[in-house]
Amino acid sequence: MFGMLRSLWQYRHFVLSSICNELITRFARSKLGGLWMIINPLAQVAIYALILSNVLAAKLPGIENKYAYAIYLMAGLLAWTLFNEIISRCLNLFIEQGNLMKKMQFPRITLPAIVVGSNLLNNVLLFIAMVGIFLLLGHHFSAAMLWLLPLTLLLAAFALGAGLVLGVINVFVRDLGQAVPIILQIWFWFTPIVYPVNIIPEGYRHWLDLNPMYHFTSAYQEVIVYGRPPQVEGILIIGALAALLLLLSLFLFRRASEEMVDVL
Amino acid sequence: MTVLSVKDVGKAFRSYRSEWQRFARWFGLALKPAEEAWVLRHINFDIQPGEAIGIVGQNGAGKSTLLKIITGTLKPSEGQVQVNGRIAAILELGMGFNPELTGRQNVRHAAGLMGFSREQIDAAMPDIEAFAEIGEYFDEPVRTYSSGMQMRVAFSVATAWRPEILIVDEALSVGDAYFQHKSFARIREFREQGTTLLIVSHDRSAIQSLCDRAILLEQGAVIKDGDPEEVFDFYNALIAEKENSTVEVKKLDDGKVQTRSGTGEARVEEVVLYNSKGEVAEFVGVGEPVELHVRVKVHRPIKTLVLGYSIKDRLGQVMYGTNTWHTEQVIHKPQPGDEYLFVIAFPANFGVGSYSVQNALHDTDTHLNMNYDLRSMALVFNVINIDKKHFLGCLWNEPNISIENITQ
Repeated sequence: MFGMLRSLWQYRHFVLSSICNELITRFARSKLGGLWMIINPLAQVAIYALILSNVLAAKLPGIENKYAYAIYLMAGLLAWTLFNEIISRCLNLFIEQGNLMKKMQFPRITLPAIVVGSNLLNNVLLFIAMVGIFLLLGHHFSAAMLWLLPLTLLLAAFALGAGLVLGVINVFVRDLGQAVPIILQIWFWFTPIVYPVNIIPEGYRHWLDLNPMYHFTSAYQEVIVYGRPPQVEGILIIGALAALLLLLSLFLFRRASEEMVDVL
Repeated sequence: MTVLSVKDVGKAFRSYRSEWQRFARWFGLALKPAEEAWVLRHINFDIQPGEAIGIVGQNGAGKSTLLKIITGTLKPSEGQVQVNGRIAAILELGMGFNPELTGRQNVRHAAGLMGFSREQIDAAMPDIEAFAEIGEYFDEPVRTYSSGMQMRVAFSVATAWRPEILIVDEALSVGDAYFQHKSFARIREFREQGTTLLIVSHDRSAIQSLCDRAILLEQGAVIKDGDPEEVFDFYNALIAEKENSTVEVKKLDDGKVQTRSGTGEARVEEVVLYNSKGEVAEFVGVGEPVELHVRVKVHRPIKTLVLGYSIKDRLGQVMYGTNTWHTEQVIHKPQPGDEYLFVIAFPANFGVGSYSVQNALHDTDTHLNMNYDLRSMALVFNVINIDKKHFLGCLWNEPNISIENITQ
């Protein structure tokens, strides 16, 4: 395990430059170039904020702001996007990089590190765009926002753990690559992101505790929408879960990396 | 100290009845795989610093699997590989280059992948740029490159730092002649500084001019390890081998090894070299008219009979070779019992040194279709300079030099 971390540190420049290259490639040959990095999330936020809040404004009790629903929605989406992107990228990571892994000897751990790095960067940009828009709309954020830092890291660890497990297995059982996107879609609608928790009938609400993403999204919503620190209980659950998944995935990754190249 | 030591290495690709069994194994369950396909077995060799080794073998013999194990991308199923030093591989040049990035950015990326730090890359960048010689294109996106330019950049970065072991794949033969010379020169230079070369190629002359040892792989095993010329002779015989033919290896008095193969419908009975006085000769003078007499006996009915021969220098590079297909002297329908004497007369326009004759009996223009009798080192002779002015090289090509004083 420490060997992995050491080689990751040794290759830190490679990871960083790969993240940069990913950005460069994404916007190569576009006139506005890097501006799209801001425009894209801005547009996304603007659409939700302007359209949905006018339609659904009344449905979120507890805050006066007209755009309360949009803020609520964006808080959940901020968490979900990071989770969704990391899992989806990890899922096909080894298959996509198969040729490279067969030909070059380098620490394999750099591949997921690049994925996490570039997705964290995207997430930060999305967050900045979001904050900008809501400040314009008159929403104030409190110091509880600082909670987002540990939350984001926990979420990234959780997503990385799950993504790595799926990515490794997907090399051998390719059905997973097809099934996971569908499962993610369903999962999205089973997590209170678009709708508030209180529309779920009281009797079923405790089932939500079994959904790890619920703990993340509700923590994000607490912090961003209500400006309150998240519930400690939820944080403990997701923290333990993230640590467990990450350990399992690294163990699996180490065991599998020999055989992965055989079947790629 | 050995720089690379391969000990009893084997590689099996395992398949399981269900992938779940594979996963269960990672968690410590001792399950037997349903099928094991061994592509390499009991591979043993040691390589010393500065050696240059050619790895030869037919497609599917296990060459690339062996290289991957040496590079470390594949783990051997048994045995071990010990490497002292850094390995660089010129396997697929330009693989992983991102077409949207510039040459410089790609170099940075590739060097990072090789494990170099930012400072090391910065320090080497001017050299890489200079060696690639692609001018302003270096800062243009790679998608605008020709394949030759891409190869130049890829080679430059792959060899920017001298490795202890350099693996060169077939890839090297692409690119323009100028850059090929330049890259060969760099490889030679590395070698002089102690880099070990591992070359995989079907190109006999490339291997023979660079390597001092060759390893022949066949069906996942090392079947020959030794002098490149000897190994290549064996390899060629192996390719030409048909059902009822044999490969026969004989050690000659001078330590050279003769390889003979073929189906035997016709055999070369005798090869003799005569000098200008008509005497059997082992030493001939530069430029002396000589005759090579090849006596052939037909044993079974065949449709056509072609005699081919080539003369090689001591490194096994062909100096000259042709056959009676090209000279339009094919013998049609020879009968069993027929005997032919081929008299090949030519001037020995070679440089000073030792040469060997290889002969082949086959049906058309190559021995790859039907090979009746193929023999390397059928005869060895030496060329000495008796009456010519001193010259260098392996070809006697006497010039007429005129000098004029053109001072104004």
